[in-house]
Parts: sequence; C-alpha cells; structure tokens
Amino acid sequence: MRKSTALIKEGTLVPAGKRRRGGAVWKNIKKNWQLHLMILVPVTYVLIFYYGPMYGIQIAFRNFTPRKGIWGSDWVGWQHFVDFFTYHDFKTILLNTLAISAYSLFAGFPVPIILALMMHVTRRNTLRKIVQNTSYIPHFISVVVMVGILFQVFNPITGLYGSLYRMLGGTGYPSDIRLNAGSFRHLYVWSGIWQEMGWSTIIYVAALSNVSPELHEAAMIDGAQRWQRVRHVDLPAILPTVAIRLILRCGSILSVGYVKVLLMQNSLNISVSEVISTYVYTYGLGNMKFSYGTAIGLFDSVVNLILLLSVNRLVKWLSGNEMNML
Amino acid sequence: MKTKGKTRRIAVTGWQDRVMYAFTDTMLVIIFIIIAYPLIYVLSSSFSSGPAVSAGRVVLWPVDFTLNGYRIVFSYKSVWTGFANSLFYTVAGATFDLLLTVLAAYPLSRPDFKGRKFYTTLFLITMLFSAGLIPKYILMVNLRLTNTRWALILAGAFSTYRTVVMRTFFKVNIPGELFDSAKIDGCSEFRCLTKIVLPLSHAIIAVTAMFAAVANWNTYFTAIIYLRKPELLPLQVVLREVLVAQNVDLTQITDAETLAMMTGSADVMKFSLIVVTTVPIVIIYPFIQKYFQKGVMIGSVKG
Repeated sequence: MRKSTALIKEGTLVPAGKRRRGGAVWKNIKKNWQLHLMILVPVTYVLIFYYGPMYGIQIAFRNFTPRKGIWGSDWVGWQHFVDFFTYHDFKTILLNTLAISAYSLFAGFPVPIILALMMHVTRRNTLRKIVQNTSYIPHFISVVVMVGILFQVFNPITGLYGSLYRMLGGTGYPSDIRLNAGSFRHLYVWSGIWQEMGWSTIIYVAALSNVSPELHEAAMIDGAQRWQRVRHVDLPAILPTVAIRLILRCGSILSVGYVKVLLMQNSLNISVSEVISTYVYTYGLGNMKFSYGTAIGLFDSVVNLILLLSVNRLVKWLSGNEMNML
Repeated sequence: MKTKGKTRRIAVTGWQDRVMYAFTDTMLVIIFIIIAYPLIYVLSSSFSSGPAVSAGRVVLWPVDFTLNGYRIVFSYKSVWTGFANSLFYTVAGATFDLLLTVLAAYPLSRPDFKGRKFYTTLFLITMLFSAGLIPKYILMVNLRLTNTRWALILAGAFSTYRTVVMRTFFKVNIPGELFDSAKIDGCSEFRCLTKIVLPLSHAIIAVTAMFAAVANWNTYFTAIIYLRKPELLPLQVVLREVLVAQNVDLTQITDAETLAMMTGSADVMKFSLIVVTTVPIVIIYPFIQKYFQKGVMIGSVKG
C-alpha cells in the first residue's frame, strides 16, 4: 500500500531526470524526519566521541604541547614514527604483542569448539545444563577481579598453588610464578581461556543445534557410531562458523587487550609483557609524550584496519558473498 | 536440541559408543571442576579466618568459618564510596547506552528508511578504526570532562555491535504489517517505537541492558585514565589498589577494633572484596541467563 503510493509519487509527479541529488536527500529527510531525528541522538554522540578524536590524530605529525594546542603545535612530519621504529626495544614490543596474540589464538581457539561438541554429544541433560551455566560465569568477571583471583590462587604462601604444592609432598614454598617472566604468557593466556571458553561455545552450540536430526538418523541407520557422527555430521556442520571465527580472530592479531597486561605487569616480567598498547599508555600518556604515543597508536590502528579489511574480504570470498561481517 | 530426543530412543549398542559417552561425560565433569573450583575457592576463603587463609589451609570449604573478612571490607571507607559510585555509573551508563542503542537500532531496522546505508557505515567505521588512546584523552580534556562523573558515563557508551544485534532483532521479530497499519491509524514514529516495538522486544532490551550494565560495572581503565579524585573512583579501582598492588591502606579504617582484627587478615579481606565486587553481577545473572543464546545469536544472522 505504502509502497505503491510512493511509486506513483516518484514516477509521475516529479520527472526523474529533473530531480537533483540534493533535492532527493532533502525530500527524504522531510518524509522520514522523525526517524532522522531519532537517529540524530546516537549520531551526534558517535560524531563527538568517536570521530572527534580523529581530528586529534594530526598531532602524530606535530610536536604537541598542551599550551599550543592541537592546531598550534609545530609540524615534525614522520619524526615520531621513525623514533618508534628505531627505538631499541621496538622489535621486542612487536614480538611480544604477536607472541601473546598468537599463543592466545592457537591455544584458545580449539577449546570452545571441543567443549561445544562435548556438550552436544552428552545425553545427560542436567550435566550439560550445569556445565553450560557455570562456564558462562567467568565471562562476566571484571579484569581486575580476574587478575586478583589469579594472583591470590597462585600466591605461593597463602594461595591454592602453595597449598597443593605442599599437599603433593613439596617442602617449603614453591617459587613465585606470578613474578616470573617465563610464566607470564602462560598465566595470561590460560586465565583468558578459563574465563572465555564457556562463553565462546554459544555460537557453536547454536550451529550444532541447527543440524537436521534426519542427518543423524540416516547416519545411524548406516551404522555410524557416535564418534563417526561427530566427525561426519557435527563437525562439517560447524566448519563454516569455525572458519569465519578463525579468520576474524587473525584480523585482530595485533591488538592485545592492554588492561589485563597492565594489571599483570611488573618490573620482572616487563621484558615479555610490554606490548604496543601498554607502551602507548605508559610512555605516551604516563610520560606525557602525547605526539609520540599518538603516532604509535595510529600505526597500530592502521595495521589493524588493513588486517580486518583483508580478512573480511577473505571471508566474503570464501562464503561466496553470503557472509559479510561489515 | 531436537536431536537429543530422537537419538535417545535408539538404544546404544556398540561398546565404542559407550566409551565415547563415558569419555565425554568424564571430560565435562573435569571441565566443570576446572571452572568452578577457583570460584568456590575464592568464596570459601572469603568466609575463612585470617590465620587459616594466611597459612594456606583453605583448600575447598571455609576453614574456621567467620565473617571477619566482610567486616573489614565494610569498615573500609573507600569500599563504600566505590560501591556507591559504581552503582551510579552502572545505572546511569547503562540507561544512556540503552537509549542510544534503541534510537539507532529502530530507524536502522526500518526497510523503508532511506539513509540507512549512510548511518550504518558511519557506525561501522567506529568498529574498524579508532583514533587511539591519546587523541581521545585530549578530547576529553578539551571538553572539560576529566575528573567528572560524566567521563565514565560518556566515554564508553554505545556499541555498534549491540546496535546491529538489536536492529536485527527488530527486523526479524516485528512484522512490517504492524507498522503499515499503525501508520494508517496516524501513529507517529515515536509512538510506533514505544507502543509497538519496545513491548515486543523484552528479550533484546534485557540482554542489551545487561551487557551495558556489566560493561559499566566492570569499567576500570576508563576510570584510571580520566579520574583522579578519590571520591569519584568506582569499586574496580578500589579493588585494584587493594588486590593487585598488594597494598592495604590502614588509614582507611576508622574503627580501632577492626584495626586490631585487621592484623593477619589482609588476605581474607582481599577474597571478601573480590566477592563483594562480583556479587551484583552474579545476582542479575539468573534473571537474564535465559536470554543469552537469543541475544548473542541474533546478531550473527545476516540482516
């Protein structure tokens, strides 16, 4: 009904050739002014708080001082980028970032898939419910609490770690692995897996519940065991989801969540725990080197943008344009 | 989950199947223990006595059950201000966030709304590219928002992801005919939203509000960047000072009796504070739990 009147209006009253683009936009705003007005609220917010900072990016190419302001500070060109790339710890910081990211990806990616498959296979509904609902809880714990629990549990004297060590026949106290540079990555990655493995199953569980029961029945009539059904029915069903999640994760390989790293950082593990984002925070913001920090942040954002866009293209291509994450 | 009912009727025959089921069930139990044990340990420790915790005697259940840990926590002045601040930031922040999300999601869900593409692109760009920490900080300083409560409410509001999820929900669940008939009856867009869309969307509103609330309650980094005044700090920052910095400020405790109890109880207090900080989330959890699957999954349906 509505559509046909619109067609008549556009088709007969205003000859299409004579309409200018600006006029069309104005007409649209007039027709849907209420919707435009509504969306104006979030748009204003986004323009100020997300696009606003983009204006400040230019200080990456200037020598920003608060007194002179963004516009008044002197241009220095690519100086800050050169400084960062030639900084003697540049390689370490980049490698640390990649190492933490890659470790999280390789260790953490398969866990929720396996967990989802197991929850799908088990015939004990109560067990499934209990595991499911318990495993979601850690996702809602804040980073500070998470690191707090981690430090308390691994306290060699008062923590669980120390108690278990003594229960299993150790004497005295074990060494403090919270301070140890060698254990930083393991603690970081595995606590992350502990926190997110349950929550990440949701998407796979949903994909698994969409598998048609007829497939399972047909497989059973053909004499397939449960394990064979997992391999030939369940696994292929979630494979597209798995592939897309994996590719998307690769797109954010250079972005390590810095809050948790910062909380776990200390002078003994700084050689493995300093990543790009923490460096921006400590040196850029902490030491008031605003321009330098902005330049590093910009480098980080641009690399992430390129990765994400290429990854999205890949997903689009693989799924035959079916799936577009953007 | 339809598969489950159908497979059960067919009896398991092969030993391979029995091994398979036994293995999965055992693994699930082990995973349950891995996830639940640290949580139980923290809870038990928070109810144990100071000496028992300091000596590492707590393994599963509380040892020498006592509420001393909580007594100390609640005699800590900054815990009270932190709790009140966090509550305020959570309610105000989640309300603001929800408002922005609804106002963006509803127009974007209307197929006849021209300009949808333009606005969607505008929002999506924020997901792909961010100006970075320092330009945002400079903006907040220039807007005179640092060291005000507004910093926490405004800095982290709005998520494109949640907006897309909500838009898809509206699109899938609200039939277009409803709008058409409402329009004929002379209903304005605002009334359409409040009288038709929102009453039909309890699930997505609940999930969005909860995610926004949890994000606000858990905010830590925004607070340490933008806030300096101790009276504005949320609970997470107080917690961090006590926990990670391994630093208990004795001047915070006013009562002499508690101060005496405090000796030897620093560790219990940490556990109790962890519990106090996490309890508000755990309380709302069962109410929203049933919506999880729906709320998370809908966004991945292409709209």
